[in-house]
Amino acid sequence: MDSNLLSLLIWSPVIAGILVLATGGDERAGIARKLALGFSVAIFLLSIPLYTGFDTMTPDMQFTEHYPWISAFSIHYALGVDGISMPLILLTTLLTVVVVIAGWQVITDRVAQYMAAFLIMEGIMIGVFASLDAVLFYVFWEAMLIPMFLVIGIWGGPNRIYATIKFFLYTLLGSLLMLVAILYLYNASGGSFSILDYHALPIGLQPQILVFLAFFCAFAVKVPMFPVHTWLPDAHVEAPTGGSVILAAIMLKMGGYGFLRFSLPVTPDASHELAGFVIALSLIAVVYIALVALVQQDMKKLIAYSSISHMGFVTLGLFVFNAQGAEGAMMQMISHGFISGALFLCVGVLYDRMHSRLIESYGGIATPMPVFAAFMVLFAMANSGLPGTSGFVGEFLVILGAFQANPWFAILAALTLVFGAAYTLWMIKRVVYGKVASNAVAALDDLNGREILMLSILAGMVLLVGIWPNPFLEVMHASIDNLVQHVEVSKCPVICR
Amino acid sequence: MNSTYLAIPLVCLAASIVAGLFGKVIGRRGAHTITIAGVAVALALSVWVYADVRSGNTANVTVYTWGISGGIPFQIGFLIDQLSATMMVIVTFVSLMVHVYTIGYMAEDPGYQRFFCYISLFTFSMLMLVMSNNFLQLFFGWEAVGLMSYLLIGFWFERETAIFANMKAFLVNRIGDFGFLLGIAAVLYLFGSLDYTAVFNSAESARDATVMSPFGEWHWLTVICLLLFVGAMGKSAQVPLHVWLPDSMEGPTPISALIHAATMVTAGIFMVARMSPIFEFSETALSVVLIIGATTAIFMALVGLVQNDIKRVVAYSTLSQLGYMTAALGASAYEIAIFHLGTHAFFKALLFLAAGSVIISLHHEQDMRKMGGLRTIMPVTYLTCLIGSLALAGIPPFAGFFSKDAIIEAIRHSEAVGAHYAYYAVLAGVFVTAFYSFRLLFMTFHGKNHSKRSLKRHLQESPGVVTTPLVCLAVPSVIAGFWFFGAVLNGEFFGSSIFVLDQHDVTRELAAGYQGKTGIDLVFSAILHGVVTPPFWLAVTGIFLAWYCYCKNTELPGKIARTFLPLYRILDNKYGFDILYQSVFARATVLLGRGLYKNADAGLIDGFLINGTANGIAAFSTILRQVQTGFTYHYAFAMIIGLFMLILFFVWL
Repeated sequence: MDSNLLSLLIWSPVIAGILVLATGGDERAGIARKLALGFSVAIFLLSIPLYTGFDTMTPDMQFTEHYPWISAFSIHYALGVDGISMPLILLTTLLTVVVVIAGWQVITDRVAQYMAAFLIMEGIMIGVFASLDAVLFYVFWEAMLIPMFLVIGIWGGPNRIYATIKFFLYTLLGSLLMLVAILYLYNASGGSFSILDYHALPIGLQPQILVFLAFFCAFAVKVPMFPVHTWLPDAHVEAPTGGSVILAAIMLKMGGYGFLRFSLPVTPDASHELAGFVIALSLIAVVYIALVALVQQDMKKLIAYSSISHMGFVTLGLFVFNAQGAEGAMMQMISHGFISGALFLCVGVLYDRMHSRLIESYGGIATPMPVFAAFMVLFAMANSGLPGTSGFVGEFLVILGAFQANPWFAILAALTLVFGAAYTLWMIKRVVYGKVASNAVAALDDLNGREILMLSILAGMVLLVGIWPNPFLEVMHASIDNLVQHVEVSKCPVICR
Repeated sequence: MNSTYLAIPLVCLAASIVAGLFGKVIGRRGAHTITIAGVAVALALSVWVYADVRSGNTANVTVYTWGISGGIPFQIGFLIDQLSATMMVIVTFVSLMVHVYTIGYMAEDPGYQRFFCYISLFTFSMLMLVMSNNFLQLFFGWEAVGLMSYLLIGFWFERETAIFANMKAFLVNRIGDFGFLLGIAAVLYLFGSLDYTAVFNSAESARDATVMSPFGEWHWLTVICLLLFVGAMGKSAQVPLHVWLPDSMEGPTPISALIHAATMVTAGIFMVARMSPIFEFSETALSVVLIIGATTAIFMALVGLVQNDIKRVVAYSTLSQLGYMTAALGASAYEIAIFHLGTHAFFKALLFLAAGSVIISLHHEQDMRKMGGLRTIMPVTYLTCLIGSLALAGIPPFAGFFSKDAIIEAIRHSEAVGAHYAYYAVLAGVFVTAFYSFRLLFMTFHGKNHSKRSLKRHLQESPGVVTTPLVCLAVPSVIAGFWFFGAVLNGEFFGSSIFVLDQHDVTRELAAGYQGKTGIDLVFSAILHGVVTPPFWLAVTGIFLAWYCYCKNTELPGKIARTFLPLYRILDNKYGFDILYQSVFARATVLLGRGLYKNADAGLIDGFLINGTANGIAAFSTILRQVQTGFTYHYAFAMIIGLFMLILFFVWL
């Protein structure tokens, strides 16, 4: 309780959002943009001590804060981070800066509200990653839906109402079951909402399975896992570029994070019991979704399906129960944040100019836009998991981990090497290369300074993680090793495995 | 010394970054100066390192820790021994020649700086690949050279054929890498490390480890070797993953020379030689390697007979020669495979660059039927091309004779399963090779000139930046064979960098044939031995027939083609691999994807389950809504019915 850094990181974006909102109408849009950029950069800088001051040797929670909130039900305002949540918080603060830059000229309607929505969302998402109290977690988890609902509903495409309702109902349905599970755990633990108490709580196999399934509904929708993934392509297609970036880069990670924070440590026996089921769904995601991605006509849909396929690696890595798998899953989450964010920004750049996301509208944009083409090819290669880019690290570690568990898992997962490259490069071939498709394409302007800046930040991260992932892996070792050991110990009162 | 090792790849990387990012600032001159300087420095340092290694200073150094996971460190580092030092010299030498040549070949191209950026980056990747001391970095280099190949095949990205070819190359290579990556995962699983030394040291103790699969019980080492070899089949274009290499000729010619002949495609050969301490313990894997190699050697050579595009002839010749190297690997003659890799790098780069020289002088005409009679107009190109062809055909004392003869002899001595088939395959290959390479020479440089009249007046020898590399490559194409033959044979050339079990050691058996001879004596007895064995006479016959068919009786080839039309069709269609892959596999995958998307994703999940639920609830409510009529007497009636039911319920109870 020696630091209030986490509280600061949660609430300063929210306050910043309110301040930006206070600038009012679009006649003062310039001020709103500058304020939003200033705040988001400041918050990112503020989050750096989380990394530099992090003790990599301990799996315990750090930067903890603990205050009673609703004492009658022993609900606490409890915060803290470990090697699992800390990198995700940094990912959030960095991506928010990028999103603010991305919306700079593109959003001309209700600028202050747009910027405020993303700042407030940033605070809430950090809250999800930092909560150590189940009720607090649940509140942030649900609150997160509201700004995203607004972003898609207000600044979204023509079919946005269908997409937002689908997105909202899907996720709400999942999270209500999570609430039931939390209430069960509250009773079982004799009246505690502390997540860490749940980790130590012995539970029989039958209730574990039920609790696992309840959490699973919430997290599987968020990841999203096959077959509850169909909200994602629609949400992405309708969302404005910034919304897609945050959705893909951060919100999907909530699901993976939930598995790491709740499912695995709270219900280790059920996790083992149902691992085959989860792995099967993950491998379906890797292979089946990749095939579906191959035939998409809309670039955003293609990247959305590619996201689902890549997230299959996260759940696969988590449920093979070894350090390489779990660390690979974490690296995959971080890397996917950069790569999918970058790819959505690339599509956004094209959409801003041509107002089309369809592959067939393009062709040969490398001629009018060489700088853009270089970025796009780099991110496409990262998406295909090329070594030297971040996309490789997670896939590589997960495949190594899966091979230890069962070589057949690895064989199916490794198919992504072929399919991932196929759908990505086919898109590149049709969009970036070839003869200039039309006069409209020929007249396209290359990237401006602002666009180069936002893509450079992500390109830098993609290469850094790919060439030297150790600084990222280092911080998670203690927590992941601890988790892997924890999951190996049965929690059943009687022997159940 | 460690900083020297590090400097070799990094100068290329630095030069590439400067040329790539600041191409506009430094201009064309700046771009080629800096990249050529970078590669020249890398070559000089490589030669120095090579000399140092030959004097006994091998090294195994770690550069940095890439990452640690599950207690296993993944490191980036260099293993500098005879094998890697040889490869470093070959790579940097050919690369330097190609850099210089590019000044002339790409002189008018708007993407000049970008091209130099790519080839320097390629040189960096290839160096990282050969210098690696672990499987992870090997895979890094492996994929990085694949990326550069992708970018360079598609260099002229407005050409539909080029961007089809580069995607095809990348995807076919990815199929190989699929196996390769699983092989690496299996290595980690079995040995708990990805470090070469650690793995090689425990390979022998793992020879009895087995795994159960649906296909019976397998030795782990066999599984690992076969998976790794799938990777080699992709990169080194072995049947059936060879389809990308002929198409890769869509790239600029310097690239065909550097990447698709001399260096990148030999990565698979290098890798298997590097893994000799593992492959030696799997007879099964070695036999597979031998058979695939021999098959590639003969069948791809046959396709070379019917090609009319000058670059494609050389491309099929490359496929066939890679088959020879692979077959040598399968016969456990790793040293000889690398020897042939080296000589082939020189004469094949030479042939490609000579072809390129012809192509630029004919203003990008590649069809040999529109060439002819160029020997008087382009004497330097002709002479160097002749040297290259003689080396390729295996005529003594040119470089190819020594390495190719050694391969055939090694396979003859091999006792592996399939060695008989392989021996006859590579033997027949010699005749075919000689035939197609001199067919190329005669069609291009001899006879009448068939080019367009407007072109004829402008025909001239290529400039000095083009011919100088040709001459520089012609020198090793002549001398590299006899110069190194003795050292390769008696084992001092590769020292301990290659491991061969005694019972497989065909190289030593070959050496035994020259017992007591050294230096010039050994070379002469090798030549004397060569001219009395079948390969030499097959080659001479091939050359003679090529001369007869394409200089003397030029009607004959057409007649033969018409007589054996079905056979000709098979060769012209390249045995139908492309048709099978593109029309069947690729199309089926897309159709499968479309079917899954329409029926499963959009149909079943979204249409039936998700929207179906919503529609179902809506429909149900619509029915239910009928009850809510708003008339008081309807509600009163419902109440009475309800009351009646309740009474009935209690009475019955």
